[in-house]
Amino acid sequence: MSRPRTYQTEAIIIKKIKLGEADRILTLYTPILGKIQAVAKGIRRPKSKLAGHLELLTHSTVSFARGRNLDTIIGSQTIDSFLPLKSDLSLTAYALYTTELINQFTAEYIENRPLFQLLLETLHQLCLTDNRELLLRHFELHLFKEIGYRPQLRECVVCRQPLQPVLNYFSSDTGGMLCPDCRLTQTIVYPLSVDALKVLRWLQDNDFITISRLKIEPKLSHELERVSRNYIKYLLEREVKSVAWLDSLKQSTQLI
Amino acid sequence: MKEKVISNQSLPSTAEPIQRLVQELNKLPGIGPKNAQRLAYYLLRAPEEQTQLLAETIASIKQQTTLCPICFNVTDTDHCLICRNPERDQTKVCIVEQPQDILALEHTRIYKGLYHVLHGAISPTEGIGANDIRITELLERLKNNLVAEVILATNTNLEGEQTALYLNHLISPLDIKLTRLAQGLPFGTELEYADDITITRAFEGRQGF
Ligand SMILES: [Zn+2]
Ligand SMILES: [Zn+2]
Repeated sequence: MSRPRTYQTEAIIIKKIKLGEADRILTLYTPILGKIQAVAKGIRRPKSKLAGHLELLTHSTVSFARGRNLDTIIGSQTIDSFLPLKSDLSLTAYALYTTELINQFTAEYIENRPLFQLLLETLHQLCLTDNRELLLRHFELHLFKEIGYRPQLRECVVCRQPLQPVLNYFSSDTGGMLCPDCRLTQTIVYPLSVDALKVLRWLQDNDFITISRLKIEPKLSHELERVSRNYIKYLLEREVKSVAWLDSLKQSTQLI
Repeated sequence: MKEKVISNQSLPSTAEPIQRLVQELNKLPGIGPKNAQRLAYYLLRAPEEQTQLLAETIASIKQQTTLCPICFNVTDTDHCLICRNPERDQTKVCIVEQPQDILALEHTRIYKGLYHVLHGAISPTEGIGANDIRITELLERLKNNLVAEVILATNTNLEGEQTALYLNHLISPLDIKLTRLAQGLPFGTELEYADDITITRAFEGRQGF
């Protein structure tokens, strides 16, 4: 039995590259197929019927025809265009950061439904919440879990003793916390305050709605951002490109 | 990106210079490996004057053109034809992403003002931020108080939109009228195929009939 020539799935558009005169290669994240790539023909022409349905950060139903190398997109219908998100400079920057992480941390054709749901829910919440930094940390922690790098935040990864409410240390190499006694077993560790650890555990154990009203002081927010970014950099072994733009926007909006 | 590389095995019996030409042609937009081969063999058979002229012409676009220091359009004189033209309205500046966009706008003859070419658009995931396109130069240019209106004509995709939003954030504090090209349904299309954002913008921008 041969595979059907065409297929359809819902997808979130996470990356696009120009191809030839008017085409693009799109990277899409889907619930069942995981990350896939496909060619969208003529999409850069003004009269393309597909273009608006296949812009970055769009949730769409997409149909494909199988090709020898890459499959070709033959139809698309928007489910959610996330217009509020795209009309706001900093929201778009947050959203692009989440899709870049998905792209960097996933391989093609690996099903991960919970991760698709996480991305979709995060894009929805971005349109609704003011607590954007917390939402981002929530996204990162649950992303770590879905790709098999859930950090150990309950006990010391070396001595296995429960952590005491004192200054403990996060180690990216071991993917978890170290108690003050064991911190010297690792060369690079980041001190993590009692409050920061508490917030990370809340984020890890809850969905975003539950914790969305949590107010975080800027200092604590920076501490959380730093530890999470360091862990990401360690796992990816490179910088996340969209971070630079996100930070420059944060700075310029603070100045106004 | 990757599929355009031709491996040596695909052309085992080809002379080295031909193979190099095929590889170079293959890097051009819209030219696949087969087309590159066809063009290479065409040029091999073409009269020498023709290939010579082509080679010189290609070389000249880099050697004999530069960017206009005012608007960053491509020019073969020190200032571009548009900036040098006293008939153009000096109080209007239209912002575009690429020099080719000027051609499209000029073709309509509807606009009589000046331009500013950004040479790109903000795309965070490609690592292109505000400092990587000609935004600082634009702001410098707007300081001279001659400009009364800035028209944003960046693309209507995500990057073009982000760039427009960012420029709005920079220019709106200045005493300059800021407009954006209307966005809506392209001419000759059918409503049923339009996406939500296009329809929303078209509705918001509806006009008396
Ligand atoms: Zn320990
Ligand atoms: Zn000029």
